[in-house]
Amino acid sequence: MNQQNERKGTGRWTTTGMRALLMIAPAAAALWAAGCQKSSASPGGLGPRDVADAVYTVLAADRETYTADVVNRLQNQDKVIKASEHWKDEKLLPLPAQMFRLGAERARSKTKRFSYSLLSQWPINRQNAPHTDAEKAGLKAVIEQPEQPYYTEETLGGSKYLTAVYADKAVSQACVECHNNHSDSPRCDFKLKDVMGGVVVRVAL
Amino acid sequence: MLRLLSWFRAAPERLVFVACAVVPLLLFGAFHVAGNRTPFVPGSTSSGHHQIESQCASCHTPFAGATVQSCLDCHAESLKARNDSHASSKFDDPGKADQLALIDARDCRTCHREHRPEARERGSVSVPAGFCMTCHTQIAEERPSHRGFAPDGCAVAGCHNYHDNRALYEDLLRKHASDPDMAANPRVPLRTPHGAKPTVPRATPDRERGERDEATWATAVAEWRASAHGRAQVSCAACHAPGSAAGDAFVAQVADSVCASCHEGERAGFVAGKHGMRGATGLPPMRPTLARAAMTTQALTSDPPLGCTSCHGAHAFDVRRAAVDACEGCHADEHTQAYRTSAHAAAWRAEVAGRAPPGSGVSCATCHLPRIPTGARAADGHALVQVQHNQNGNLRPTSRMAREVCQPCHGLRFTLNALADPAQNGSNFAVSSRPAPHQIGMDLIQRGEGRREPAK
Repeated sequence: MNQQNERKGTGRWTTTGMRALLMIAPAAAALWAAGCQKSSASPGGLGPRDVADAVYTVLAADRETYTADVVNRLQNQDKVIKASEHWKDEKLLPLPAQMFRLGAERARSKTKRFSYSLLSQWPINRQNAPHTDAEKAGLKAVIEQPEQPYYTEETLGGSKYLTAVYADKAVSQACVECHNNHSDSPRCDFKLKDVMGGVVVRVAL
Repeated sequence: MLRLLSWFRAAPERLVFVACAVVPLLLFGAFHVAGNRTPFVPGSTSSGHHQIESQCASCHTPFAGATVQSCLDCHAESLKARNDSHASSKFDDPGKADQLALIDARDCRTCHREHRPEARERGSVSVPAGFCMTCHTQIAEERPSHRGFAPDGCAVAGCHNYHDNRALYEDLLRKHASDPDMAANPRVPLRTPHGAKPTVPRATPDRERGERDEATWATAVAEWRASAHGRAQVSCAACHAPGSAAGDAFVAQVADSVCASCHEGERAGFVAGKHGMRGATGLPPMRPTLARAAMTTQALTSDPPLGCTSCHGAHAFDVRRAAVDACEGCHADEHTQAYRTSAHAAAWRAEVAGRAPPGSGVSCATCHLPRIPTGARAADGHALVQVQHNQNGNLRPTSRMAREVCQPCHGLRFTLNALADPAQNGSNFAVSSRPAPHQIGMDLIQRGEGRREPAK
């Protein structure tokens, strides 16, 4: 009798243990998978936000270098060549924003893991206006708080992204003058250091 | 064999089944070996591709169908040169995913479907003319001048082109709005001497091996001496025994690849256009009987294969003959037949006769095989100009001709209106009156109506 009772008691403990294991295992598996996914979506050990910040840092530095050391120097200081919207046709330099977009297209041709674009609520080309809800919210946020990047996640075309928006300011008088005087510009009162739009960086999750 | 026959005799329907399976395969194999797959083409192709429609591998990858890459293999370079306004790279941004779900602008096949002639509306385009509104939904709000325009007007009005806007963008129209109809000194660039030298130069033509009667030999030598080849001392062996020392066999019929050894650029243009595209895909050369365009009776009767000497002639290589007479020898359409009575032809005759300066005449080649500055300079500093041998390179849209061909002589407004006027085009610009306004973009800009509405 005691042996039977012992066997019954042992069986209950085994059944309980199995039930506990069955309950815990899926949660453990989910946590493990999330950990793997996080580490596989984070090149070099960086999280998606870090990747977006790193990409933006490089973009901003390159564009500032091009604006200051190429366009401003050759056009305004040395006066040997100008930058023009129709640079290819007129055999001139691309505008800094065009240089940015050309780089964005090249980057997108080489990888789908991240992308970047330059958008504005007052674009000269209407196709560069914010389109997704995240882009619209992000541009609004960086206008209100230019020093604070905006981060969110969104799903586009069945793929999930971390979307980061950074304020894009008028860093030179040439930016202000061109946009204020362009026949297709919907806003003509920009001033130096104004937020003119935003850089949108997306990292695939 | 007997067992096979008895197998069929046991159930005669087996013979029908096997015949239905085997005979088509045999027929397919026969046509494939013969190089003629035309019976298997499922629906006619556009005018741009009909010459190569039997060369399925030009576009189709086994087990993958026609891919975007196969389009780019032929057209990528041209699109880049035209500063493609809607390059697929502009649509790779994930933010455009919902627009791409409506119309996938990254894929050439979205708008250019082959083998479906019933779907083609305008040339090779197989989407409705109002497709622009899929993305440019707010154009009427942004630009007051466009309110009331038909939604399908973008693609057909002549103001915009999906790929090539080099002659149509606002700032260019604004810049040239006041150009006179005719320039003060209308001239096209002059061709520059070819700098390449063959590898086997000899001072005088040798009497080569191969049977030649004296009259034929004398004619060939006389024509050669008077030609640019003769002046440059390009000897017989350079073409007829190319790249060889003495002792190699004389080749009577010189392959176009030999011409390309010096005239690489011209040959590259030739095989990119409708005159030479069949050769580029491994098919036999184009012949007049294969053309959809109207051809002369003489051309259809003789039906010669098309190559370098078809237009230039052997030995004489007369570029003036190639500029007009060669074209008229094959082409019998309204535009070609109207050339001789046009003002352009009168200017050409004056130049040829020496009564007008070089570059002032307008031949068929002036427009359709234009002279393009290469950007490079010769050793003595003069700009190098090459004749573009892709006669299809500036045909569509017609505005493509404006910058390369018409602007050296004509104002931009005059040019765009003339190119857009079907009457002018058909009569080879023989209509004496000023072209009626067909292209309204410049008018809108001059009235200051191009500016966008300020953001609200």
